[in-house]
Amino acid sequence: MTAEQLPALAVAVPLAAAPLAALLGRGSLPWALATLASAGAFTVAILLAAAAAGVEAISYDVGGWPAPFGIELRITAFSALLLVIITGASTVALAGTKPSLDAEVVPARRPYFYAAWLLAVGGLSGIVASGDAFNIFVFMEVSSLASYILIAGGTDSRALPAVFKYLVMGTIGATFYLIGVGLIYMMTGTLNLTDMEARIGGVADLKPILAAVGFVTLGLALKAGVFPLHVWVPNAYAWSPHAVTAFIAACSTKVSLYVLLRFDFMVFQGSLADHDLRFAGFLLPLAVFAVLVASATAMAEGHLKRLLAYSSVAQIGYMVLGASLMTPAGLTAGIVHMFNHALAKGTLFLAVACLATRFASLALADLAGAARRMPWTMAAFAVGGLSLIGIPGTAGFVSKWYLVVAALQAGATGAALVAVIVISSLMSVWYVWRVVEAAWFRAPAGGAARAEAPPAMLAVLWAAALANLWFGLQPGLPLALSGSAATSLLKLVQ
Amino acid sequence: MTAETAILLAVAIPLAGALGVALARRLPNLREAASLASSGALAAAAWSLLPEVMSGNRPAVEVFEFVPGLSIRFEVEPLGAMFAALASLLWIVSTVYSIGYMRGNAERHQTRYYVFFAIAISATMGVAFAGNLLTLFLFYEALTLATYPLVAHAGDERARRGARTYLFILLATSIGLLLPAIAWTWSVAGTLDFTPGGVLEGRITDGLAAVLLLLYVLGTGKAAVMPVHRWLPAAMVAPAPVSALLHAVAVVKAGVFTIAKVVIYVFGLDFLAGVPAERLLVWLAGFTVVAASIVAMRQTDLKRLLAYSTVSQLSYVVLAALVLAPLAEVGAAIHIVAHAFGKITLFFAAGAIYVASKKTDIGQMAGIGLRMPWTMTAFAIGALSMIGVPPTAGFVSKWYIIAGAFQLDNYFVLAVLIASTGLNAAYFLPIVFRAFFRREDRPPQKEHGEAPWPMVAALVFTASLVVVFFVFNGPVVDLEYGILRGRP
Repeated sequence: MTAEQLPALAVAVPLAAAPLAALLGRGSLPWALATLASAGAFTVAILLAAAAAGVEAISYDVGGWPAPFGIELRITAFSALLLVIITGASTVALAGTKPSLDAEVVPARRPYFYAAWLLAVGGLSGIVASGDAFNIFVFMEVSSLASYILIAGGTDSRALPAVFKYLVMGTIGATFYLIGVGLIYMMTGTLNLTDMEARIGGVADLKPILAAVGFVTLGLALKAGVFPLHVWVPNAYAWSPHAVTAFIAACSTKVSLYVLLRFDFMVFQGSLADHDLRFAGFLLPLAVFAVLVASATAMAEGHLKRLLAYSSVAQIGYMVLGASLMTPAGLTAGIVHMFNHALAKGTLFLAVACLATRFASLALADLAGAARRMPWTMAAFAVGGLSLIGIPGTAGFVSKWYLVVAALQAGATGAALVAVIVISSLMSVWYVWRVVEAAWFRAPAGGAARAEAPPAMLAVLWAAALANLWFGLQPGLPLALSGSAATSLLKLVQ
Repeated sequence: MTAETAILLAVAIPLAGALGVALARRLPNLREAASLASSGALAAAAWSLLPEVMSGNRPAVEVFEFVPGLSIRFEVEPLGAMFAALASLLWIVSTVYSIGYMRGNAERHQTRYYVFFAIAISATMGVAFAGNLLTLFLFYEALTLATYPLVAHAGDERARRGARTYLFILLATSIGLLLPAIAWTWSVAGTLDFTPGGVLEGRITDGLAAVLLLLYVLGTGKAAVMPVHRWLPAAMVAPAPVSALLHAVAVVKAGVFTIAKVVIYVFGLDFLAGVPAERLLVWLAGFTVVAASIVAMRQTDLKRLLAYSTVSQLSYVVLAALVLAPLAEVGAAIHIVAHAFGKITLFFAAGAIYVASKKTDIGQMAGIGLRMPWTMTAFAIGALSMIGVPPTAGFVSKWYIIAGAFQLDNYFVLAVLIASTGLNAAYFLPIVFRAFFRREDRPPQKEHGEAPWPMVAALVFTASLVVVFFVFNGPVVDLEYGILRGRP
């Protein structure tokens, strides 16, 4: 095996393992295979990240057909970062929640559930690895269909209407994307993104291309849960199995945001008149609303998972906010926040999975005194929460710092944006602290006997929590990847 | 032990102490021994840095590179060396006091209390030794978070509400104003290092510099300049030793320390002197000095009165730092020490009264000086230091601040100091008078004597520090003249 095969392996490993998992019966084997395959893909992703940090892109021609005729896998620093997030989230979510998964997924469904999980990983990895617009659509459908199965894979019947809503909206988003890609194909005759970028200059500013920009941006914004197209997010996160939430909340909306940024910056930005202005003019207000409205909703939310889901909508707003500043610092902030938010939210949802092993209800009112029963779980939750707020020393601070610095470079608008960032940080203090205070400083309703989550779950949870601290103090690697992603998106000289 | 090791040890020892306390949670005597041992070790480490700094060196150590050009790094200069030496010394005393208080009061969750107390001290050391604004901010926030469980200690609704106010105001100001101020400094100056003479001169217009300074002064909520002072009275729901060490010394001094560092090492005195709008902040600090004293006069709860007195005294430091006269800067630094000795004594006394008699209201304290002569004598000494009369520590710092005000003919500051002296006398002396010369209610509500001996020993010790500092302050003054060195 040589390094040139790594891009293919990143996608092929989970996809190939998926049908195997479906054949492994009702025991623990499908879980073991899924974890193993995820870990393998994670290793590949880390190797790719190390390789991609210094170069413009690692290109791989599928089946030996050269681009633009064949399908090209194209790993940039940006896609490598996303691959690390996807496979890392999947590995951690699988490894850290076995007891929770066993309780939530009935044995008869297990083989298919883990097959779907691997398909989701493979699909999401395919989206970020692929350099071909139609291929991205195919992977998008693979990952979406698999995600629907995952979200509805538990025993909570509330997941069914939630997943139906997600399915309808996800399909609309994917269709919009496909219409946009079709229009561009009609005008340029190519589906390869790099080729598209070169050819679109000749037909730019014609009506079909402008329509395509609208369809692609809107469709992907819908799938990314950008406000106000986020309505599918809270319930899909809240009622799915806890392990699925930890996985999906850490990566899936970010992947759509990745495609959005890649399309808008790589393909459209260079050629379309006033693209910067229109992109920022469209997304910046949405980002501001996302950050403020979703945070406010989270402040009033009474159910822990829905609270965290609304917080995710707000955090997506941060990423969009950074990107729509259209500066290297802003994009770096937005992209590094994908990584840091995955760390924080992954930790929080893992802690939720731990809590759910001992608490029947995750309503805040029922979690009073939870820290007496589960001190380690709640301490890790607090670390994740601090990272979400952006307290210095945690990963969340790194993105917040970059975001504030980037906003300050943007003049008068920037000062207003700093105010928005600051206000929403305070809102996050509020909603995180509601949980912390309920868990620590309220008397438990039932018995206060110590009943921690299983040690295996705690170990993974704490590994994730410590990663928040590690990347808060040593943010070099994600920053380097994000920085080089930002420069390549803006087509600056590296 | 090299200076670099000592710096790292000073941050690490309290953390190790916290770990030791947590491990020894089943054995209270061993647990308290762990607290005492780590406080002693910390004092040794922190004090070992003093000769080095006094000889003009600035020992520094870099821990991490955070982003290119910006590190988590420590550098010890006179202000920080003094602050660390002060906090570490008083940590020993207040640990002794805590043992008496927590046991005498049969408090619950004592292990949690000692653990977070130690973590808070570690954060304080980080603030004191921070070599740049980023490091300072990191430990500043850690200090807020580590003290939250101490404020919420009692766990009842009142404590939770107080702790919520505490946390929210401190985080709101630091995230809302201080973080943008630091990011702004970074984007205009390209460095966050504390540099003698400042880093902002010529890089920012006068008007914006005034806005930036306002962000710093209000963003440093721990300095409790009005209108962001409300967290301090709210924090009084904490146990007395917390109020004594953290909310009279470590936390609040971390606030005024931050402002002093920013004025001296980020803006630079000469640059700020050319910023006309800086006057507005002097007025704000002066207003806080007087207004907080007036509010203090109307308090009936002893700890709340002391809290408002702290608000007022903290603004002495801010005011002195913003006068921009060299002597006033020295006065600001010395007032950090002088006020610490006096105020910790007062809080120790308030806690001792509570443990011995369960009294919190000033109105109930008639004749209590006869039952608790040591405690109330110490209280009287602390009170005199707040007023600033000889032979107490408070007089020394006030002397330097006044001298600084005369250097620049700043009569506003003089007027504030005179008014404040009068007001302090007006609300402290009646308490002392009532304690010694008023008859106790007949029949007494409760028969009691002094508090447990560790508490009395601690407050007698700090009261004697108040007096000793009046006589023997030369080394501290010499040390603090060092902050004026290296100006361009």
